[in-house]
Amino acid sequence: MLSVTPDTAIAVPASVIAAGFSPVADESRAINGTVGDITVADPRMTARNVNVYYGDKLAINNVSLDIGKNEVVAMIGPSGCGKSTFLRCLNRMNDTIDICRVEGEIRLDEQDIYDSSLDVVPLRAQVGMVFQKPNPFPKSIYDNVAYGPRIHGLTSSKSELDDIVEESLLKAGLWDEVKDRLDETGTGLSGGQQQRLCIARTIAVAPEVILMDEPCSALDPIATARVEELIDELREQYTIAIVTHSMQQAARVSQRTAYFHLGELVEVGKTDDIFTNPRHRLTEDYITGRFG
Amino acid sequence: MTNTLLIIILLGLMAIAYQLGVRRSQKVVGGPSGVRALHSLPSYYGFFTALWTGLPALLVLLLWVSLQSGVIRDLVVSDLPEAVRSLPDAQLGLVINDIQNLAQGNIVSGEVSPAMEQASAHYKSLQQTSYAASFVVVLSLAIMGLTFGWRRIAPKYRARNRVEAAIKWMLVGCSTIAIFTTLGIVLSVLFESIRFFQIIPISDFLFGLDWSPQMAIRADQVGSSGAFGVIPLFVGTLLIALIAMLVAVPIGLMSAIYLSEYAGSRFRAYAKPLLEILAGIPTVVYGFFAALTVAPFIRNNGELLGLDVSSESALAAGLVMGIMIIPFISSLSDDVINAVPQTMRDASLGIGATRSETVKNVILPAALPGIVGGILLAVSRAIGETMIVVMAAGLSANLTANPLQSVTTVTVQIVTLLVGDQEFDSPKTLAAFALGLLLFIVTLILNVVALHVVRKYREAYE
Repeated sequence: MLSVTPDTAIAVPASVIAAGFSPVADESRAINGTVGDITVADPRMTARNVNVYYGDKLAINNVSLDIGKNEVVAMIGPSGCGKSTFLRCLNRMNDTIDICRVEGEIRLDEQDIYDSSLDVVPLRAQVGMVFQKPNPFPKSIYDNVAYGPRIHGLTSSKSELDDIVEESLLKAGLWDEVKDRLDETGTGLSGGQQQRLCIARTIAVAPEVILMDEPCSALDPIATARVEELIDELREQYTIAIVTHSMQQAARVSQRTAYFHLGELVEVGKTDDIFTNPRHRLTEDYITGRFG
Repeated sequence: MTNTLLIIILLGLMAIAYQLGVRRSQKVVGGPSGVRALHSLPSYYGFFTALWTGLPALLVLLLWVSLQSGVIRDLVVSDLPEAVRSLPDAQLGLVINDIQNLAQGNIVSGEVSPAMEQASAHYKSLQQTSYAASFVVVLSLAIMGLTFGWRRIAPKYRARNRVEAAIKWMLVGCSTIAIFTTLGIVLSVLFESIRFFQIIPISDFLFGLDWSPQMAIRADQVGSSGAFGVIPLFVGTLLIALIAMLVAVPIGLMSAIYLSEYAGSRFRAYAKPLLEILAGIPTVVYGFFAALTVAPFIRNNGELLGLDVSSESALAAGLVMGIMIIPFISSLSDDVINAVPQTMRDASLGIGATRSETVKNVILPAALPGIVGGILLAVSRAIGETMIVVMAAGLSANLTANPLQSVTTVTVQIVTLLVGDQEFDSPKTLAAFALGLLLFIVTLILNVVALHVVRKYREAYE
């Protein structure tokens, strides 16, 4: 593991900042070619030199990134840039794809999650995932939320399970809307409600990190606003990494933003800085809408 | 023979008509460069002309062929001596047969009288006239159609719409053939069954506990009066189907789960086709496998255990039928399991469920209606299966639930009732139709229920 601390943060030449953007000088690409500081003071997850291959094709090239406690990290970039692939490495969902191979090191609280001795089942309970399309099970709302606690044996009694379901739905901001119809099927809810149900289902197993893969791309603006609000509330208890195609969304919900391009992590930094003052030309081009 | 020649000539004419149509359509707009001024593509004008050439002529030919023999027969009969004409229908038919045989130079059943010689010559000449006339009529119709279609070609003429309408009617015709055939089969079975139920009360048939369809055919014959209780047959059928499903459902379902959820893509690429080879084995091969290999195996092993096993046991037939149905269940289940969206698996795995938990808690419940539908289809297949049970299940209509005894099934009885020389007004023979009708109704109900279940499942995710 590279010993990267906040002290080694890259100093950006004043001239570069003054110019607003520039082809970046070599010294500012000190770490894996990424502009900006990939580290945080208080990391929950650390990824170092991650390469991902689909068959022979390199999908992610040498990406290193920290995800800090109680922060929301947004990953943006054009389609096919590898941001979702990187996200799926963080809870080993890529294991379900036969031809996918991951190199490098990803740690959750100092535990290497690709260590051969590590069981993927508890990992995925610790690092939950919310998917692009709301995917509630065709079961009742109650059973959807209770699914995780049941398979992990988190509760010993029905009332305990009831409490977890209620608490998760409360946290997901869905309780008031569904408390009278917990036995109705989850697929009967509206799209936004379904996505919040999926979030409730994820937090019911008390994860430390929640990964969100374009959680609002299938939702209308009102439902999106509701989910974004929720993300902000969840930040107090969880670490969140979110992949999004909407730069406004990244700007609204995240504290740090990482810009991916063609499988490489081009630039990472505080969200405000990235959007007001991108340092890499590709980032600038992307957020000003010149491509992507 | 002559008709074959006529049809070949017609097809040739149609090909020529196609070319003529294409040429003319290009000519009326001043060469290939003006094709854009045509309403339709030149080939449509070609098809249009060809259809006008072929269709009316072929229809008339069809009509001619179907009426020809009847008309000729009537003409020949009207010229026969009065003594022959007044014979009963059946004998008259024999005489006509003889005349036809004579005309064609075949062997004749009796003495050839001068009257018959004359009649056969008459028959021959009528036939030749008919052929010649049909030749002339059909060909002139074809030429007329060709001219008519050819002359209709004009730049604004909507040939494409006409051709497509003709094709549409052809498609309608093909689909109704299937419907009318089904209808015809059902009606023929139904009417024979009604004749059966006029002799044997329907309640005796449906609720009778004895099946021994031996009837005295002649009055002086010693034989039982016959018992037509269908219950033992259906119990036997259901017993064998049950054993088959007990074999096929777990094995088929589990292999489907393994293939779709666990197996690597390379293993699946080999295993699936191999499994489907089972479906390609003819049922008669399964039949002698059951009768010659499985049944003796079961009997020998049963004897070792001190069991009394009949050499033609329901167990043997059921086991082999189950093996036959495995690919049916596994490929249907595989389809519905694959139809469960990947997002469901992701959701479950993403919470930290293991694969088996995902299969058990998410995939199987979601796929269950489809699987049940597939199983019901398989049941109706098992009930209707004939060859295996004919060879391995035996003929004695025992009313038993013991799989080690020999039982018989509805299909086996239908086969035995209709094999060999039969009298078609004896209840023994008619019983086959009643059994067929009952079997048809049962499998129809099963299929309707199964299709309904499968269709309902399809809506679950959309």
